[in-house]
Amino acid sequence: MIIKILGSGCKKCVALGENAKTAAQAAAIDAKFEKVTDIVAIAGYGIMSTPGLVIDEKVVSSGRVLSASEIGALLKGA
Amino acid sequence: MRGVEGLIGSHRDDGAVYLPRDGVLGMGDVFVWLNDQLLRMQWLSDLVTLLVRDGFGLDPASQIGGSVHFFIYDVIKIFILLSVLIFSISYVQSYFPPERTRRILGQRQGLGANIIAALLGTITPFCSCSSIPLFIGFTSAGLPLAVTFSFLISSPLVDLASVILLASIFNWSIAMAYVAIGLVLAVLGGTLIGYLKLENQVEAFVFQSPVSDHDNGGAISRRERLTYAADQVMEIVLRVWIYILIGVGIGAAIHNWIPETFISALLGQDKWWSVLVATVVGVPMYADIFGTLPIAEALVQKGVGLGTALTFMMAVTALSLPSMIMLKRVVKLPLLAVFIGIVTVGIILIGYVFNATTHLFV
Repeated sequence: MIIKILGSGCKKCVALGENAKTAAQAAAIDAKFEKVTDIVAIAGYGIMSTPGLVIDEKVVSSGRVLSASEIGALLKGA
Repeated sequence: MRGVEGLIGSHRDDGAVYLPRDGVLGMGDVFVWLNDQLLRMQWLSDLVTLLVRDGFGLDPASQIGGSVHFFIYDVIKIFILLSVLIFSISYVQSYFPPERTRRILGQRQGLGANIIAALLGTITPFCSCSSIPLFIGFTSAGLPLAVTFSFLISSPLVDLASVILLASIFNWSIAMAYVAIGLVLAVLGGTLIGYLKLENQVEAFVFQSPVSDHDNGGAISRRERLTYAADQVMEIVLRVWIYILIGVGIGAAIHNWIPETFISALLGQDKWWSVLVATVVGVPMYADIFGTLPIAEALVQKGVGLGTALTFMMAVTALSLPSMIMLKRVVKLPLLAVFIGIVTVGIILIGYVFNATTHLFV
């Protein structure tokens, strides 16, 4: 599973990335994390507000810092 | 020539700022008091006067004392207003994420869509760094260029916080006139770009970008909105504080150190080139409107025309080198040039119109 954090390096993106890591660990999922910081690449995912969360190339959230448990639920659904 | 002097606080001999009440005549003493104390923070000006005189031992009417007063008073005032305003406005904005704005705009056509775009531009969260995602997001969803550009012009130019700050520094009629004219510029500029049919001047990948419609608006709780608003205050204050300090610093320098003859020779109301100079200086500059206001304030106090000062503010906020470089990644040069051209001509016209009609706002 590849989890991408979309954001140009703001504080919220870091927080989202950490929550995602916590969620993946809790669910015992072996996920690969990537950061997408280029603004055109971010917009290429169709989102207009950061931070964005992408699981296996599917946008699951934008403009919000999801909590680890919210991400956990999304990971189960993915 | 000094017709606008009474417009904003001119410093009295004792260093206290004299604040005319023209803008609120007939609205009752309570409103006048609230306006003076809450918005203009007369109490703060008086406190700073005390601090400068008794704390630093400086005469507030002297050059140094006056600069110190201007700097401390303006910095504190702008930071207080900024924090309160960003908090309340961000709370409102949390109901209008860009996705929702896009959906609302997609339902409308013609001039009405431009007007709504200009209005939504004032309440949709925006910083120059979000112009690319917004441009791609709007265009790939099929919104016409006319509507997208109306939004892109109005968004940095007019926002609720800047309106209240304008009312605080100048008066309400100037703030309202600024909003009205900013919205007109956004609607007309966008419409004109639409007529020119420049869709082929947008980089092809923009149209092929996917459209994601994650609207978290419905799912957000009240607590999250409050947290969002508090986060926004932190984020924006951290981003703009340096521009505010620089802006107020330049304002204080203009206010007390740069000779009035020099300023009026360059930017005086009777000089036809003043608006052009303000535009040429302002366009490449990158600063937040909060950093620009104290400069405009000091310029007007030095007898610079109101239109010239507003043109300078609009030039700095609506167009800047960094945002142009960003936009260049999604549109081709001719469209970028048309955009810059229309906005530049627009703010020059606004400057001349305001200079000619200043008496209406004093």
